[in-house]
Amino acid sequence: MEIDPFIFRFSIFILSIFIGYYVVWSVTPSLHTPLMSVTNAISSVIIVGAIIAALSGNEDVIFSSSSIYGFLAIILAAVNIFGGFLVTQRMLAMYKKKKKDK
Amino acid sequence: MSANVSATLYLISGVLFILALRGLSSPETSRQGNLFGIIGMIIAITVTFLSVGNFTSGFIYVLIFLAIGGTIGAFIAYKIPMTAMPELVAGFHSLVGLAAVFVAISAFINPEAFNLGTPGNIKLASLIEMAIGAAVGAITFSGSVIAFLKLQGIMSGAPITFKGQHALNALILISIVILTFYLCSTQSSNLFWILIAVSFLIGFLIIIPIGGADMPVVISMLNSYSGWAAAGIGFTLENTALIITGALVGSSGAILSYIMCKGMNRSFFNVILGGFGATTGTTGDKNKEQRPVKSGNADDAAFLMKNASSVIIVPGYGMAVAQAQHALREMVDTLKKSGIKVSYAIHPVAGRMPGHMNVLLAEANVPYDEVFELEEINNNFANADVAFVIGANDVTNPVAKTDPQSPIYGMPVLDVEKCKSVLFVKRSLSPGYAGIDNDLFYRENTLMLFADAKKMTEDITKNL
Repeated sequence: MEIDPFIFRFSIFILSIFIGYYVVWSVTPSLHTPLMSVTNAISSVIIVGAIIAALSGNEDVIFSSSSIYGFLAIILAAVNIFGGFLVTQRMLAMYKKKKKDK
Repeated sequence: MSANVSATLYLISGVLFILALRGLSSPETSRQGNLFGIIGMIIAITVTFLSVGNFTSGFIYVLIFLAIGGTIGAFIAYKIPMTAMPELVAGFHSLVGLAAVFVAISAFINPEAFNLGTPGNIKLASLIEMAIGAAVGAITFSGSVIAFLKLQGIMSGAPITFKGQHALNALILISIVILTFYLCSTQSSNLFWILIAVSFLIGFLIIIPIGGADMPVVISMLNSYSGWAAAGIGFTLENTALIITGALVGSSGAILSYIMCKGMNRSFFNVILGGFGATTGTTGDKNKEQRPVKSGNADDAAFLMKNASSVIIVPGYGMAVAQAQHALREMVDTLKKSGIKVSYAIHPVAGRMPGHMNVLLAEANVPYDEVFELEEINNNFANADVAFVIGANDVTNPVAKTDPQSPIYGMPVLDVEKCKSVLFVKRSLSPGYAGIDNDLFYRENTLMLFADAKKMTEDITKNL
């Protein structure tokens, strides 16, 4: 009997939860705020769905009832992607070690 | 682009996201990790463009909308003050949630674009995934909006409770399950809209009874939800990058919520059911006598610190409110010049989100190797001369160790009282979030400094 492709995706999902579990426990507590902002940014990979939705219309009707939601989602996700990664970068740049010459 | 190639590339971007989180295990590798995350995102977006392959005028609009959103995001990222980070993160969560809802709606209206069947005849599994993605996304959105309003101070941080609240919430949650079931059997679009509306409502109702200082748990929880919503949509789209990311973010938020709850010695359900701080505080009021308090001024504080050989700073949310981190760093610099050893002690739930204090201290150029977590530094208080408590309260209350009747009994606290002397910067003697008196105020070795945190710190620096 053939295995439903859903099972493969479900396996990836479950294994990723475990990866997430171990990876996140190894994050140092002082970086928990950047962790939240970067997870914010990467969860905006949902933009993939937004792009598919936005391009679902044809040449004549670019803004159909379904693609309009895609375009809205693109804006939201883009705010998050740029905002999330940049603010994380800004925060991480501030974490400095003690200077030796001090 | 063939489906196999694009699936492989999505997997690669998923792996890059894992590496992005892995990088955060130390500040040195974190910047590289962030870069991995950015590369992963670029790959995912490029692959999507290539696999849709629709480079018509619609594509131009996609780029325009991407640029609009990107500009807004970049602008916010550069302008936002570090003290507003909890609000920002809550706001960003709401956007992920809403984006998930929009994608689900689009997929429901036009399933052909996603290869999910035809309208009114969507594959059962896809419909379930879509419903979960939409419902969780909607909850994330409205919940985050409330969290944002509470953190921003537009809405009062006090818990909003009413009779039958939990029964109502339970009823709505059950109705979501029933709605999903009927949606799958009837494919009715009306049910789909009702499902989304009800999910918005429950997100709102879940967060309003939770008080301001429990926000670290709320933000982490919503972080987790935004991940599960993304994973739900990932199953609908059969996209590995989204599934991996959703699982990562989902477990990340769950772990952070757990750490925050442990930092308060409360169960997750205790926090979620809410009302904390509104109902407690009756035990202390009954036998409230006027106990003597020693209070001093900046001069006294400067004198004590000048004669100390080691000082431990305990920052809390009050430091963020008063924006006192830079003034604090200047004070510490002056102390260090006189050869005094200074370190910082951070309680897990200090501030309004996980790691809040660390970011503020980093912003003020405090080297991260002078900043310690509770377990690392708690034994050092006994050997330190001065503890300088600035804007923290409940996390220093010795009652948590001694009084089983106290609502915060069992909560891990910083052993500040073991220091030779304690300087406590606070505006008044009012109790903290837990609604109980801090025993530390009345100790023999405590000197209260009644003032605004920033002003007091600056005055001390002048007197040093």
